Amino acid sequence: MPELSPAQKKYLLQKKREKYLVNISRILLFLVFLILWEISSRFGWIDSFIFSSPWAILKNFAEMCRDQSLFVHIGITLAETLISFFFVVLLGIGTAVLLWLCPKLSRVLEPYLVILNSLPKSALAPLLIVWLGANIRTIIVAGMSVAIFGSIINLYTGFRETDPDKGKLIATLGGTRRDELLKIVLPSSIPLILSIMKVNIGLCLVGVIIGEFIGARQGLGYLIIYSSQTFKLTTVLMSILILCVIAMGLYGILNLIEKRCLKHS
Amino acid sequence: MKPLLEVRELSLSYHTPSGETPALSHISFDLMPGEFLAIVGPSGCGKSTLLNVICGLLEPEKGSVLMNGTPVSRGDPRMGYMLQKDHLLEWRTIYKNILLGLEIRRQLTPEKLFYIEQMLRTYGLDKFRSARPSQLSGGMRQRAALIRTLALKPELLLLDEPFSALDYQTRLNVSDDIGRILKKENKPAILVTHDISEAISMADRVIILTSRPATVAGIIPIELTVENRTPLSSRNAPDFKSYFNQIWKELNDHA
Ligand SMILES: Nc1ncnc2c1ncn2[C@@H]1O[C@H](COP(=O)(O)OP(=O)(O)OP(=O)(O)O)[C@@H](O)[C@H]1O
Ligand SMILES: [Mg+2]
Repeated sequence: MPELSPAQKKYLLQKKREKYLVNISRILLFLVFLILWEISSRFGWIDSFIFSSPWAILKNFAEMCRDQSLFVHIGITLAETLISFFFVVLLGIGTAVLLWLCPKLSRVLEPYLVILNSLPKSALAPLLIVWLGANIRTIIVAGMSVAIFGSIINLYTGFRETDPDKGKLIATLGGTRRDELLKIVLPSSIPLILSIMKVNIGLCLVGVIIGEFIGARQGLGYLIIYSSQTFKLTTVLMSILILCVIAMGLYGILNLIEKRCLKHS
Repeated sequence: MKPLLEVRELSLSYHTPSGETPALSHISFDLMPGEFLAIVGPSGCGKSTLLNVICGLLEPEKGSVLMNGTPVSRGDPRMGYMLQKDHLLEWRTIYKNILLGLEIRRQLTPEKLFYIEQMLRTYGLDKFRSARPSQLSGGMRQRAALIRTLALKPELLLLDEPFSALDYQTRLNVSDDIGRILKKENKPAILVTHDISEAISMADRVIILTSRPATVAGIIPIELTVENRTPLSSRNAPDFKSYFNQIWKELNDHA
């Protein structure tokens, strides 16, 4: 590496310090929030029965870890989310490809997709329970229902935005529409597919929790509803915090995959 | 000598909801084996349309295109087409980009691969084979695009303003470069351009089109008095200027 000038060094140092400061502030903010919460519930400034406290949540967490019931709930919710995400990826890409291959079909289906996408999917959940029964399958479908229509629309729109001149290139080389799909449309859409999936895993989690609210005997959604009905608000808050961590983790993993893939291409 | 390509009475209109746009009207000409034709015409007159019909991507409404006596078909393997931009795919290496046509036509044979190796070496792309297109200069990218087209061993090359995306200096060099390569590979070609100098410097004959709908306004054979004619040396020929004025006048008379 070439020798850096003092001005450049100073600039880099300042950048580094700035980043450091932001990180420290973030952590401090979180800690201050926790401490304030704990103190106000200890001194009775807030009703500790409704608002719980960090310490109570931690104790509750340890307890539920010990009797292992928590792992079952987390595992079920995670599994349902991942399975519904898997199907969203499969069906989303498959349908978008089909629509791209048959533009006439896509013109016919377009208004229906738009309506289905703008429908609040939580409204479907009670119906799904009646139709499919209160079981894991229903919850997976509920998870898919939130993400699938949006991903089809976004993928298809992305596919259509590929440069038509690249299609002409394939035609001049004697290729068919299938060649265009495999050599141009899909490879050029990889960044799009990855970024859409990054959003969708969170949506699947939302759908799964909605499904668990009304038709499950296990899972974090069930734990939240059950605990709130029995006024165990500490458990409710703990479950919500765990959901935060799961959502962050899933997003983080996909983010990592995205970075890895984009670096290679 | 029998012509390699016979274009007979081509007519074509585009149809859109807002109306009909006649683009080509009764266009006829021949191309002899080994000949380099240039087509000039005002912008929007139908030059790209003409090339698309010649290579079979578009069906003419009237008329026919025969190559060695048989009609051309869609994606005709006897034709090579170079588009205005190089359209190298960024997610493929240069080498993989060059293989694209062979992959599509399922012709990854040892002899074709050997031919590619030869061209890579002859035209100085060997050391860039695993580079990404964005790492290459405009001229090198155009060479790669040319090799991609030549890899399929077309009998006739169609070039649709292949240099117009380049800056002037690169453009002179690349057109010289590509002109030499085509001479060396002995490929007949049809070059579409709206740069009169480029047409004269590269072509054996220049076809002048009128504004839309395109008809043939005139065909001018170019015989420059230079030794070892290349696109660059052509520009210094004493009779270059008179050809330029002649074509310029024809274009303006029919605009
Ligand atoms: N797909 C299409 N549908 C309708 N009209 C079209 C279509 N393609 C081209 N045209 C029209 O036909 C005419 C000829 O187009 P073409 O692209 O062949 O011209 P060109 O001479 O190649 O132009 P340029 O100099 O800009 O490259 C233009 O006026 C254009 O607007
Ligand atoms: Mg054009």
